[in-house]
Amino acid sequence: MTRLNAEEMVLNMGPQHPSTHGVLRLKLKTDGEIVSHIEPVIGYLHRCFEKHGENIEYQMVTPFTDRCDYLASMNNAHAYAMAVEKLMGIELPERVEYLRIIFAELQRIASHLVAVGTFGLDVGAITPFIYCFRERETILDLFEMASGARLLYNYIWIGGLAHDIPPGFVEKAYEFLDYFDDRVREYNRILTGNKIFIERAADVGVMPPEVAISYGVTGPNLRGSGVDHDLRRVQPYSIYDRFDFKTIVGQGEMGTVGDCWDRYYVRVLEMEESAKIVRQALDQLPAEGDVKAAVPKKIRPPKGEVYFRSENPRGELGYYIISDGTNVPFRVKMRSPAFCNLSVINEIGAGWMISDVIAILGSLDIVLGEIDR
Amino acid sequence: MTEAEIYDLLVEKFGDKMVEFLGEEKTPIAVVQPAALHEVITFLNTDERLQFDSLMSLSGFDLGGGEQPLGVAYHLHSMSLNHYFAVKVLLEDRKNPKIKSVNDLFRTADWHEREAYDMYGITFEGHPDLRRILLEDDWEGYPLRKDYVQAEFYRGMKIAKEK
Repeated sequence: MTRLNAEEMVLNMGPQHPSTHGVLRLKLKTDGEIVSHIEPVIGYLHRCFEKHGENIEYQMVTPFTDRCDYLASMNNAHAYAMAVEKLMGIELPERVEYLRIIFAELQRIASHLVAVGTFGLDVGAITPFIYCFRERETILDLFEMASGARLLYNYIWIGGLAHDIPPGFVEKAYEFLDYFDDRVREYNRILTGNKIFIERAADVGVMPPEVAISYGVTGPNLRGSGVDHDLRRVQPYSIYDRFDFKTIVGQGEMGTVGDCWDRYYVRVLEMEESAKIVRQALDQLPAEGDVKAAVPKKIRPPKGEVYFRSENPRGELGYYIISDGTNVPFRVKMRSPAFCNLSVINEIGAGWMISDVIAILGSLDIVLGEIDR
Repeated sequence: MTEAEIYDLLVEKFGDKMVEFLGEEKTPIAVVQPAALHEVITFLNTDERLQFDSLMSLSGFDLGGGEQPLGVAYHLHSMSLNHYFAVKVLLEDRKNPKIKSVNDLFRTADWHEREAYDMYGITFEGHPDLRRILLEDDWEGYPLRKDYVQAEFYRGMKIAKEK
């Protein structure tokens, strides 16, 4: 009689794997189908963002920030610009503030569309992915109109914008919002309430709030765990205090608060809130104003340091910048949200099956470009 | 509570272990003696009036190579009371920079400390798994140090020089 082999097996998921959303390797210790330990191995996309940042001028760092979280380039550049502006004490024209909000929130919708679509894809639903990308295309068209690029924009500059929006942009943006209003109901019909989807996502990978806070998990993942924390509310930056929107918090409607389904649904509802903000910003957009009025000729912040954080689609994006008074940053540290969000995976993913780990990873919505920088 | 009030509280408790308070900075930050860092952060974390439950960011930095010190900055936020504080330490011994890990207080510190070790070679005492995180395990040197000299080859592959 042969003995049954009952040892633990180490299984490598990645670096090339369709469900890892980039170049990520997960070392899974498995006991049969059950995963007992997950160790993420990262760094495959490391492009020395911080080292580059110390060798080039302030305005040249902006395109590098675009490439960190490539699904939310606008938000990355927005946060970086605000950090340097705070260091220099630059006051922005109203029109710039409104346009930045419009772009940041449109980008949030685009990013959440990818998150929602790929999460569906991870658990086996292919159609919603196509639907989400259809809507995202329209947003990318708007970005292309304004900046000329569809993925990496270099549009938000320190002190302003690269150039003003072209004629017809506002009408097109309204058109998109009218079209988008009904879409969330469509996603709910096709994915949110789908029985198979609920079976795969509800009650899986529950993240208790104290675990989330201790690991520094932020953004929709933290709110999915029932914590009412949104930097746009808690520490309003730019002009977010002028808009009326709700902070979406996980309710555990299909299972437990903090499960994969909650993290998914927070994103779905946040898209609606972002659309609301865009509409209000378009309504209030001042017609006059030079978007380059406050762009400094020489960017030479005074000696000092600043830590600035903002709410990215993935969570809290922080920049720690030290200036030595020259036109080159002395130190640029990027605290990336996905870096912290991924670190929690062993805590919430151990004990589940391999297929559930894929669902949990999908629900965390990571972007490897930002984790590895 | 404002940063200045929090600093007064810390001075009351720790006296001259607090080196100085840079209140003029855009993000005010306090300088702490390295030996006292862990107890200061524990106090910030556990005191009723402060309740700093979230470590937003932990960053290593180098003040300029040569004889200049390395350092670590900790940015803290209290979710329940919604206030902020930052502390930093300066590590004079560049050959063997050491600081106590805060991984026991915040799990965020786990990966952030590994990153600071990876980039600056700062040892975090008491960290359960201190090894490189973004770079390869056999990488030589600590790239973000100001006096870092780029190696010519890595595993027989030529490394392109920065212009």
